[in-house]
Amino acid sequence: MLVDVLIIVVKVVLTLTWTLLLALFLTWVERKESAVMQDRIGANRASVFGLRLFGLFQPFADAIKMFFKEDFAPTFAQRALHWLAPALSFFFVSVTMIAVPFGDTIHLYGRAIPLQVVDLSAAVLFVLAMLSLGIYGILVSGWASSNRFALIGSLRGAAQLVSYEVALGLSLVGLIMVFPSLSLARIVEYQGGLLFRFLPMWGIFLQPLGFVVFYLAGMAGTKRVPFDMPEGESEIIGFYTEYGGLKFGLFMFADFLEVIVLAALATTLFFGGWQVPWLVHGGFSFPWGGGLGLPAWAVTVLRVLAFNLKVLFFCWLQILTRWTYPRFRYDQVMDLGWKVLVPLGVVNILATGLVLAAR
Amino acid sequence: MIKAWRVFKEIIRGAAITARHFFVNMTFHTLRLFGVKTKRRGAVTIQYPEVRKPLSPRHHSLHRLRPRSDGQPSCVACMLCVTVCPSECITVEAAEDPDPDVQKVPARFVVDLNRCCFCGFCVEACPVDAIRMDTGEIRLASLSRTDLARRLDKP
Repeated sequence: MLVDVLIIVVKVVLTLTWTLLLALFLTWVERKESAVMQDRIGANRASVFGLRLFGLFQPFADAIKMFFKEDFAPTFAQRALHWLAPALSFFFVSVTMIAVPFGDTIHLYGRAIPLQVVDLSAAVLFVLAMLSLGIYGILVSGWASSNRFALIGSLRGAAQLVSYEVALGLSLVGLIMVFPSLSLARIVEYQGGLLFRFLPMWGIFLQPLGFVVFYLAGMAGTKRVPFDMPEGESEIIGFYTEYGGLKFGLFMFADFLEVIVLAALATTLFFGGWQVPWLVHGGFSFPWGGGLGLPAWAVTVLRVLAFNLKVLFFCWLQILTRWTYPRFRYDQVMDLGWKVLVPLGVVNILATGLVLAAR
Repeated sequence: MIKAWRVFKEIIRGAAITARHFFVNMTFHTLRLFGVKTKRRGAVTIQYPEVRKPLSPRHHSLHRLRPRSDGQPSCVACMLCVTVCPSECITVEAAEDPDPDVQKVPARFVVDLNRCCFCGFCVEACPVDAIRMDTGEIRLASLSRTDLARRLDKP
């Protein structure tokens, strides 16, 4: 009993550490990647005892700066809500990671430990619900700031998130029809099969349209640049107008966490999660014959590594998207959501249903 | 439908361009990190305080007064630079010179860098080519305004 509790606590701590560390260094990755894309070098001056390491200490310098800023709330703000909003934003995003499987089950001292904090039977719904609850952070911050620009930003954010929530949900219906389960662990296990006896049965091969809709709607959900209506740096400052220091930092951190959550979800739902192509329990078995035996620990390590690599790839892809495209106009965002993504999601469901019925 | 396809194609093309820049630059960065000499660099950045770009000979940097053969500034305190200066940043106090051919020298020649806009009119106006802006000194920031009023007649 105690051991079970201990295992859960260790898993929660590890998952949170992994997520927060990744988010911390994602700020560095974002700076560096955008710089390299634009033929620049990027932040490289932060050093510890003269050791620069390509500016890898930059996130810590930023964190120290934010810690030592004045904790400021304007006199006209509603103090309690002003405090609560960043915490809400941060909490609802970070809590989604508990449903994501990082690897398969490991066996230690006769105990089967799945590398996942909780295997929720309705994990897909849980994740979608938590991502929608993130709206409250935005709405509350805009309301509590008592600032018109903040309120406009938060209302835009709420409208955008609610619209894209529909597309996000519709894009996953097709996937759930193909892999008949709502548990992320089951979905990943289903993706270990083979399609036509050689292709890994990943969601992307079964639901390409679903993935496009999911990825675009998810990008809109992260509120980053092509879809940065709530923030709108160039017109209204958005819902963080009245925030500074660590509270602003928490909002920004929540944004990066959303990038990670979207990357982890895209990996888990559409790119096989921790599955490595053709890697089964005993080792590799290739479709063209032959194979490669591997011990159990090596298989687990490979799978966890594969999950991490896929997540990193999607983080990279999102940052690439963010630094490539100019931002949409507000009506264009709404058009894309309601007139393109929602119909495409419905078409995807119909097509999936027809294929499943014809089979 | 065709238009949507075209838009989609352009979106992909845009991402391909930025991704190409990323990978090409990363390749050069990595090669140079491991000591491989490459003709191209991964970035066009010049790391400023350590690496300086050579200044153009026409560059307007901090002013100086060209010295005479005896070390005194060759300025004759004619006040032409003071007159032409659009920012009114030059102050010259004239004094007598013992040499009857020169007549006047500046007792004080101050350029107030708070106001100077580095237009170079003073250099063009000078009849004896005394003031020049070719020191190459471009780091002129200072912690107090009084430090920015530079005396040019004394080193």
